[in-house]
Parts: sequence; C-alpha cells; structure tokens
Amino acid sequence: MLKYLFAKNEDIPAGSAAVFWGFSAIVWFVIGTGLGSFNAAKLAFPDFVTGNEFFAFGHMRQVHVHAVIFGWISMAFGMAMMYITPALGNTKLWSEKLGLWNALMWNIGLSLGLVLLWAGVSSGREYSDFPWPIDLYIVVFMAVPLCINVWMTVINRRTQGIYTTNWFFASAVFMVSIVFLTGNLPEFFHLTGLTEAYLTWWFAHNVLGLWITPVAAAIAYYTIPKVTGNPLYSHRIGHLHFWSVVVFYSTPAAHHLMSAPLPEWLKSFASVEGVLILVPAIAFVSNILLTMSGKWYMFVENLEVRFTITGVLMAIPLNMQGGFQQTRAINWYIHGTGWIVAHAHLALLGFSTFLEAAAVYLGLQMILKRKLYSLTLGNMHFWMLLIGFTTYWVSMTIAGLIQGAGKIYEVPYIDVVIAEHPYMIARWLGGTMVFVGNVLWLYNMWMTARQGTVVPEGRMPHELAYER
Amino acid sequence: MAFREYKLGARMFGLALGGSMCITLLLPAFDFAAVASTDMGLDKQFTAGHETGFSLDDPFLLGWNKPLKVTLKADPVTGQPMEAKEVYVYQKGTTFPAGVLHPRILGKGIEELSVQKGKISEAKKDAGAVFGLAKDGGVSYVENLTATKGWTTAVVMAAANAGKDEDISHAGAGKTMFVREGCWWCHTLLPEQTQDWQVFGAPPMIGDFNGESPTAFGSDRKAPDLLHVGSRNSSREWMMLHFFNPRLVQPHSIMPRFDYLWGEKDANGQKIDFDKWRTEYDQYRNGSRVTPPDVPAYSKNSEIRYLVDYMMSLK
Repeated sequence: MLKYLFAKNEDIPAGSAAVFWGFSAIVWFVIGTGLGSFNAAKLAFPDFVTGNEFFAFGHMRQVHVHAVIFGWISMAFGMAMMYITPALGNTKLWSEKLGLWNALMWNIGLSLGLVLLWAGVSSGREYSDFPWPIDLYIVVFMAVPLCINVWMTVINRRTQGIYTTNWFFASAVFMVSIVFLTGNLPEFFHLTGLTEAYLTWWFAHNVLGLWITPVAAAIAYYTIPKVTGNPLYSHRIGHLHFWSVVVFYSTPAAHHLMSAPLPEWLKSFASVEGVLILVPAIAFVSNILLTMSGKWYMFVENLEVRFTITGVLMAIPLNMQGGFQQTRAINWYIHGTGWIVAHAHLALLGFSTFLEAAAVYLGLQMILKRKLYSLTLGNMHFWMLLIGFTTYWVSMTIAGLIQGAGKIYEVPYIDVVIAEHPYMIARWLGGTMVFVGNVLWLYNMWMTARQGTVVPEGRMPHELAYER
Repeated sequence: MAFREYKLGARMFGLALGGSMCITLLLPAFDFAAVASTDMGLDKQFTAGHETGFSLDDPFLLGWNKPLKVTLKADPVTGQPMEAKEVYVYQKGTTFPAGVLHPRILGKGIEELSVQKGKISEAKKDAGAVFGLAKDGGVSYVENLTATKGWTTAVVMAAANAGKDEDISHAGAGKTMFVREGCWWCHTLLPEQTQDWQVFGAPPMIGDFNGESPTAFGSDRKAPDLLHVGSRNSSREWMMLHFFNPRLVQPHSIMPRFDYLWGEKDANGQKIDFDKWRTEYDQYRNGSRVTPPDVPAYSKNSEIRYLVDYMMSLK
C-alpha cells in the first residue's frame, strides 16, 4: 500500500485505501483486545507484572479503550467508507491517494497519542484523555480528510438519490469533527469546573452516539441487502432511524452525570431523551431483521450475514439497557458499577464490532477479489468473539449487580472486591478468548490476501464454494 | 427523476443538530456561569492551581507549575503567633488559577469582594503571590495576601521552611499524580447523591468545582470513593504502606503497587533496593519469612509524597 502514497491518484488501483484501512483496523483490534486481556488479568491478579509504571493498570486502561475505539472501530469505519460510499454512488472513491494518506496519518496520530497516554500524559478527562495537541491532530489529519473524501464521493455520485448508508456516513464524519472540536473546548480554552465535567461527558456521549452507533448501523444497511440480495425493507423506517439519531442521540449527554450536581432540569431532560433513543434503535433493528425475510438460512450459512445479524440482535439488549439504566430509578443502583462496563462492551464489542467485522470480511474479499482463506478459522473467530464476549458481559453484569447491592446496603468495600473476584477471572478468560480469536482473524485475512481462491469479475465471494 | 440535491434535508439537518447543541450546550452554559463557588470549591481551586492534567506548563505531568499550600501558625512578617491559617503560595512564574485570571468564575459576590477587598487583580505572575481565604459578612472571598499584608512568597516560604515540613502540602502536584497514574479509573471523586452519605460522606455541591480542571469525577467505581478520604483516614503511615503495596494492609485489595513513585532514594538519602524488597516480600508471601520487609520512608520531594499530600487534602 505504501508504494502508492506518492503515485498519481489515477494510477492507484480502486480499493487500495480500503485495504490499508482494513488491515490497520484488524491489527489495532489485536493490539486493543490484547491490552484489554492484560488489563483484565491485572484486575483478577493484582500482583501479575508489577512495580513498573508502564505495566500499571492506570497507565494501560485508557490505551486499551482508545486502541479499540479509534484504532479498531474507527479504522474499520474508514475502511467501510472507502469501499461502500463509492459503491453506493456507482462511482469511484473521490481520492484513493487521500484515503491512503488518511490511513497513514491515522495510524501515526493514534500511535503517538497512545504512547503519550501510556506514559501518563493525559488530560484527565475520560474518553477525551488525549492531550489537546493530539485532539487537534485528530481533527485536522484524521477526521476532516475522511470527511472530505466521503463528501466528495457522495457529491460526485452517479445515482440520483443517496442511499441510507451514505446519509449516515456523510453526516457522521461531519458530526464527529464537530464533536471533537466542541467536546475538547475545555482543553483548548481551559474551561473549568462543571463546564469541564459536563463537556467531558458531552464528548463521550456524542462520540458514541453520533459516530460509533450510526456508522455501525449504516454498515448493516449495506451488508445485509448486498449479501442477501433483498432490498432494504423500508426506506421510510430508515428515515425515521436517521432523523431520530440526530435529534434524540445528540441530546442526553447529562445522563452520564445523573449523580453529579448538575442543574436538575438538565438531568431530567437528558433522562427523557435517553429513553427516546429507543426510537432509532427499534427502527434500525426492525428494518434490518425484516430485510432478512426469506433469507434466514444465510444467518446460519453465511459468515458476513451471521456477524451482522448477531450484532443487530445484540442491539436489542443494548438499547433496552441503554434506554432505561440512565433513568433515575435504575441509575442510582447500577451507576459506577461493572454493569456499566458490561454495557459499554455490549455496545462496542457486541453490537458495533460484529457489524464492522462483517464489513471488513466482506470488503477485503470483494476488493482483493479473493475468497476467505479458511471458513473454519472464520467460524472459530465468530464463536470465540461471541463466547468470549458473552462470558465477559455476563460476568461483568453479575459483578455490577453485586457492586450495586454493596453500594445500596453500604457493605464494606473490600467485601465487594472479594465477592467480585471470580467474575474478574471470568472476565479475563472471556477477554483473552476474544484476543485469541482476533489473532486467528489476522492470520486468516493475511492468508486470504495471499492464497484465497480468486473471485471472478462480477461475482460475490459467497457465490463461490469453499475449497478448504 | 432528477439528480437530487437534498437542499431541504441539509437545512433540516443543520436545524436539528444546531438545535440540539443549543439545548445541550448553550442553555446549560448560562446555568454553569451563574454558579457561585462554595468554600470547598475555593479551597480546591487554589490548592490544585491552574491545571492538573496535561498543559504546556507541565507537559509530562511531573507536578511542575503547581502551588504549595502552607499552614502558618505565626505571622510570617512580624513573627507574632496567630491562629493557624492556610495560604496558597504561587511562587514566581507559577500560573494562577482560573479564578484569579478570570475572577468572574468565582461567582457573584465573591468576585467583587475578591477584586476590591482581596486585590486579586494585583497579583503578578512574574513576582508570585500568596493567596488566602477570608470572610466578609458571611461571604467568603479570596485575598491576595502579598498585596494586602505584604506576605510575599519569599517571606512565607522562609517561615514555612523554618517550621515543620508537614505544614507544607504539595497537594496540587499530588493531584497531577492522581491524574497521571490513573487513580480515577477506579476511585471516583463523586459520592452519589442517593446512597453514599454513610460510607463515603456528603456528595459534592454544585459550586464545589469552580475553576477546577480536570474535575476527574471518575465513572467506574472499582474501589472506594475518595472525595473525603482525608477525613476517613488521616494516617500518612497507613497511606505509605498502602501505596507501596496495598496487600500489606489490605490482603484482598486489587490495587496496583505504586512503589515506583518512591523514586531512587528514601527519606535518608539511601538508594532503595526494590529487587531485594520484592524478593523478601515473595518469601513472606510463601511463608518462608515471618514479617514483610519494612517499607522505605519516602523522601520529601518524591512523587509519592505529593500524592499522599493530595489524599490528606481530600477532607
């Protein structure tokens, strides 16, 4: 890929940028989940690798979080945008060269930011932990170039309308730039106190709500119709999904601070808006599941469909939790417990990751014109992700309920730590299984690029029989 | 069907996102701007200084550019004994906290008194300044003691250095350690309004944060809340053992060891032999040693001292 960085744009083969983004995403996924597994080991066995600040939990925790959010998830999004946006516009990507440079700058910026975070150079603000020069870098060299490439591709489309997926892509790349600039105002202009606390969570909420959730959903709007051959069940429900994301998902930031002294009207408003997130959620899930009509056998037989539908099904518990756990009636019990950690992983490792994995599997096979090297390894990857994640989610949810009970009944804290210990071990085992699955995936994808069966022009990879 | 330009959709999108940002950013901003600082908020702000996260003044979070909090038991100019008073020493070149740079954020009433009576606008960064809290008719305000009483940083630090070292607090640098070491990934600084009163103490009030950056509330409570830890446990010795190896005082703790914050040398200037300590501790753990090895006393300027000072300041 690097050899094309200085080539003329028209000499770069279509899809080169997507391949760079895709493989970068998988590598970041391996790194991010490896760090997660290591961190989980430290919570289960605190004396495992000790006495060195670079292996201290407090130095590594945020590196795991940012490696998976901005490395794996966001680069998989970039990959999806590089091949899906032009495909849906019946055109070519506006600039493959910009796409390649964008991926390179993304990898450089993220590596730099993560090294700084690892060393403890942090703004001290959760999810916007990167120091402000890195935040500016992210906007200028990572988000805005992606935005320009997606927008120019949509503008130069050769279709009359814009398909649902591309509404989401185009609006999300714009919104994430706004969110980065606005959410980091406390660092740029040294805003302090409650303003800083609130904007921290405004950023954290919106980077999930206006970037990760809509782009992941947009991917499913492409993969399911594309692979099953069914048209999208309803564009009107797609409209409802899109507009309710913009209106309802951008407003409940304060529900992350329900127990903090914010103005009461703001908390009540956020809580009501938080329940309304169920509107886009139900619209999305029903639209995708109804699109599957008559093709449910592919949920069993086809890897990409299985990944996507599993992710979509996980959106159901995700949004039932998300809609109600932030109301005052429930939040007082589970706030600050492992329940929330489980919920965050249901969003990022459950719902979102499964959708992106499908897009990366599908996209790399289509662009490289190679069928997946090994279905067995693909299946193992799927099941290790699903079983590993489920182990993690169940154990952390139980641990969270224990913590909640300990909090309400004012149990001495150390008794809660003792009670949680078995679940910490289960969480570590689950996380490690996810990590091992991803190592298999990286190998499988590498071998696909090298030795996968060649897919003839005009054919989808799943139309070919497996040779292995 | 013609090529669609989505003019209406683009406008509606701008309206929707703009309206959302109006409600969630602009409207709360009016409320936040009207919040007057509580006494606790004033103390926290002047103890921590301008910024305890990343800033160009302290890019590696080593505790640079932070104030000292000094307890004075005698007037530093005349030497007359007086009731103990806590003052915040911003030595030459140290950035002043947000409340001095922009007095408006102190809140209505406090701002006017601090500027007119407390003369905080006269503080000069290149000369340094000493601040203290004062009261006028029940309203607290910030006083620039260098301007009002002639307590320059040199005079106050001379008095402090002549007194006991424990009267000097590096809590501002300690909060930087708190941020850098990621303590806030597990320990919240936010007792919850509904159920934390008995164990972790009173939840914070709305004016407790003016001028503080970062607030570092934390969101995931894998460990006890620390907002009032200095009131629950004021033993520096316990803190020292607990930071060096939490399992020494709490066998079931899952907190990491922070022995690396001790630095190279202990309080007596002796090099700390960490490998020997860990070997002996492992012998203690497997039963071949009766007592754990002694924890080295930390030196006056070690990072752990800063962090313990910060813990002690969380009243």
